[in-house]
Amino acid sequence: MLSAIGVADTETLFDEIPAALRINELNNIPAGMGEAAITRLMRSRAAKDAGVVSFIGAGAYEHHIPAAVWDLATRGEFYSAYTPYQAEASQGTLQVIYEYQSMMANLTGLDVSNASLYDGATAFAEACLMAVRSNRKVNSRKILVSRSVNPVYRTVARRLTEGQGIELVEISCRDGQTELAALDGLAAEEFAAVCLQQPTFLGTLDDVDTLTDWAHAKQMFVIAICNPMSLAILRPPGEWGAAGADIACGEGQPFGIPVASGGPYFGYLVCRQQIVRQMPGRIVGRTVDIDGKPGFTLTLQAREQHIRRSKATSNICTNQGLMVTAATIYLSLLGSDGLRRIALQCHANTKVLAEKLGETDGVTVMFEPFFHEAVLQFDRPVGPLIKALGQQNILVGYDLSADYPELGHALLVCATEMRTAAEIAAYAAALESVMSSSKVT
Amino acid sequence: MPEPIIFELSAPGRRAGGHAPASPPAADFPAQYLRHDEPLLPEVSELQVVRHFTRLSQLNYSIDTHFYPLGSCTMKYNPRVCNRLAMLPEFIERHPLAATEHGQGFLECMYELQDMLKAVTGMTAISLTPMAGAQGEFAGVAMIRAYHDARGESDRREIIVPDASHGTNPATATMCGCTAVEIPTGPDGDVDLDALRRVVGPATAGIMLTNPSTLGVFERQITEIADIVHKAGGLLYYDGANLNAILGRALPADMGFDVIHLNLHKTFSTPHGGGGPGSGVVGVNERLAPFLPVPIVGRDGEQYVWLTEADRPQSIGRLSAFMGNAGILLRAYVYMRLLGADGMRRVSEFATLNANYLMKRLQMAGFEVTFAERRASHEFIVSLQSITKETGISAMDFAKALLDRGFHAPTTYFPLLVPECLLIEPTETETRQELDAFVAALVEIRDLAYKSPDTIQAAPISMPVRRLDDVRAVRQLDVVWQPDNDPTE
Amino acid sequence: MSEVPGDRKYSGEHEWVQLLDDGLVMIGITDHAQEALGELVYVEQPEDGATLAKGDACIVIESVKAASDVYAPISGALAEANDALADEPELVNKSPYEEGWLVKIDPSDPAELDELMDADAYSQFLAESSG
Repeated sequence: MLSAIGVADTETLFDEIPAALRINELNNIPAGMGEAAITRLMRSRAAKDAGVVSFIGAGAYEHHIPAAVWDLATRGEFYSAYTPYQAEASQGTLQVIYEYQSMMANLTGLDVSNASLYDGATAFAEACLMAVRSNRKVNSRKILVSRSVNPVYRTVARRLTEGQGIELVEISCRDGQTELAALDGLAAEEFAAVCLQQPTFLGTLDDVDTLTDWAHAKQMFVIAICNPMSLAILRPPGEWGAAGADIACGEGQPFGIPVASGGPYFGYLVCRQQIVRQMPGRIVGRTVDIDGKPGFTLTLQAREQHIRRSKATSNICTNQGLMVTAATIYLSLLGSDGLRRIALQCHANTKVLAEKLGETDGVTVMFEPFFHEAVLQFDRPVGPLIKALGQQNILVGYDLSADYPELGHALLVCATEMRTAAEIAAYAAALESVMSSSKVT
Repeated sequence: MPEPIIFELSAPGRRAGGHAPASPPAADFPAQYLRHDEPLLPEVSELQVVRHFTRLSQLNYSIDTHFYPLGSCTMKYNPRVCNRLAMLPEFIERHPLAATEHGQGFLECMYELQDMLKAVTGMTAISLTPMAGAQGEFAGVAMIRAYHDARGESDRREIIVPDASHGTNPATATMCGCTAVEIPTGPDGDVDLDALRRVVGPATAGIMLTNPSTLGVFERQITEIADIVHKAGGLLYYDGANLNAILGRALPADMGFDVIHLNLHKTFSTPHGGGGPGSGVVGVNERLAPFLPVPIVGRDGEQYVWLTEADRPQSIGRLSAFMGNAGILLRAYVYMRLLGADGMRRVSEFATLNANYLMKRLQMAGFEVTFAERRASHEFIVSLQSITKETGISAMDFAKALLDRGFHAPTTYFPLLVPECLLIEPTETETRQELDAFVAALVEIRDLAYKSPDTIQAAPISMPVRRLDDVRAVRQLDVVWQPDNDPTE
Repeated sequence: MSEVPGDRKYSGEHEWVQLLDDGLVMIGITDHAQEALGELVYVEQPEDGATLAKGDACIVIESVKAASDVYAPISGALAEANDALADEPELVNKSPYEEGWLVKIDPSDPAELDELMDADAYSQFLAESSG
């Protein structure tokens, strides 16, 4: 090969790199390992993280993942393919995305889904940008966001939108719901959209119908943020209020994606047909080939960065293709009946958990009704409790005190369908014992 | 016979058993919250699901099945062991908000990954959180902006990009509230320095460069560019899309770059997954270190810990709900440990050897290489302009004809500067036989372009579908399956 | 050779401008422009009540693979947008000078019309730029 190129050695191939910039070795990188050795190493690392039982939700939820999901999704033809720009050689990936888009539209009760975004937080940020671009009736770069929306989603959305002069204005909460009385104070100002999470970050159910109708009366768009698992039993965003939400988004992780330290997950984004041209990310459409045979292709591509450059709707170019493949397989295996059963069991488990924990002295359950997360209020700071029970390998929940100081010593707990009665009982017993001992106050 | 849409396989009441709880209690919410109708989802057996998705997978070209020389995307083999080890149960079951005491194994990998990424780039600090290249770019430009703001130079809002750059570069500048200023490329593929000198000034925030550039050549004047931009008060951003070409040969930090992003799904072989997930980690020098996005993995004595906003008050903040694409980072970690320092240098060695060999073979076969007098990096450009003029056969026709011959097409029509171009990146994991076969296929297609252009314009003929009606796809938008919608009617 | 009617003026960005009897000017893209763009799939019109300054990117026209800005060849207030294009963007391809017009505006400085090319000048401009 070298003689075909006409060089003596491979070093010569790098001769356009100025000599002053060339290096002859990489420092601070260990020597390579064989497959057996790296397997031993990774197993020993993984073993350090083993053996805990988690009651944490707060945006990532542990559900059973059928074996077929990742067996199929990691087939090389899915795993090692790229973006389906050559449609004829990517019909598999394209049809999977089309099926995914159909399932998400049906679940949310809205018209059009994109092929996914990075995660729930970034999908929310993109939904905010999209609302500002597409709401032509209200010329405002301000967006109302309920305080019951996931705090880190609000942080990420601020970060990702402030460069474009967009301002997120918070609506206060009361008793775990968006405070309707606070809306009067906002009557004079114009906003492009209002953002509501259902179930809320606190697990509660918000009065989304009243809020949607209020916003629409003021020409605002409504952005719904929903745990998609809850949509098996809760009213979909497309049916909120009289006209339905305009955009829905959220974290797709509950659909067959492991919690896995936070990613990769996928964000979903769905909207009404009328505003589809302002939707960021890829969209797959069905069409026909020159013989009239049905087939799939990326469509509405002119909105995207590789064509529009500085005028694109977003700089985004990936969707989370592999995660969407897993989610589509998951939804196919479960169907709406399976999803409904899981959603109901999660709700029932969390109810039992909240009741049991609420029997402990110094612990009260704050808000009802809730979906599959509940807020517990303690008579003392929860940080030491998290530590003490963590030593017994019980992850007790998410400490709300930094995000919601107004709730006092509050903990957000979750028991999905994965938690057994025995695990719930063990948690309650351990909490009782730690709370009654004088060590943790 | 096309594979049916999964909804078309449904039968009422059919389901895959054993995946959902058998008899959960009924809902006890007030009726106002409840859904009236069940969402329309497939009702199919597990075997139907397995067959359907297996068949769909077989309609794809992928690295595991075909040569995939997609320029600027680095479609190299993804070692199976990286996936296997990232999917160990303890890793995938770890909740992202679990206390660090319950994640020391995972965090140790992440800490060491940060260190290895510093070593391959020369940067002094790394944040793993950006979830794709475009998010890495966003983080980089946001840091540049924050840096100027912290120095009271908030008028610096112009980001300079070469006209050959990735579309994400100018799109990112816009997203960050900056303005993209394009500069031309000289005839030899390097940046036009005079044009650069003319556009820099008190409004310059920085410049975004890929090196080797998107034209497949190393930017030889990089040190001069760094001088010009730094003297004007701007910073240098390195788009790491092409790091594979210089891995272990040169460090972006030595070239004068202040901030970089790396596409782990390119250089460090994490899967492309049909278009994601990616990972766009960022690295910075001392100057920008305070602004890195959080969380970052730190070390406190023997314990690995998260560094957050509280530890890094000048941080540009969070870009994702948790810490980014952890599972992808684990795959990259395994890949880097497998290769080690020497293996990484072999990556660039063989990637460059394969690209230069393929370029030379195509040149010898009479194809027009765009920068023939230059050394190819890990990729190069062939322009089909004269063939198109003589035969009417375009780069797109070549791409489709390659599919019929068992090769995924190279990148077409990028960079936008070169008409009728193919951007070809063979990567280090292909054999000489594969490269020779690819040359033979291109030669055959060219011969047919002259002898019987109709056969090339008709391509592909052996794929699951032939060329699709893109216009219809937009005008009659069909993006959600409806029971009564038959596209052939 | 593309068609260049003699009854209107042209810009270097391949737009045509025609002064109407009621004092409004009608704007569209030339035959050459529609051919270069290929089959159009969408036209994004300016918002109602918009005021356009000469040179503003005011309309986006999309083909399958490209989205292009149309720059206002003349300043003025938007009087009417061609609503038919919402459902039939292909009118621009079929009839760039008649049914495929884009917008009518009320010119704020009719003298700007004099700065545009006539049909002969535009034909020559096309010949030179394709040379």
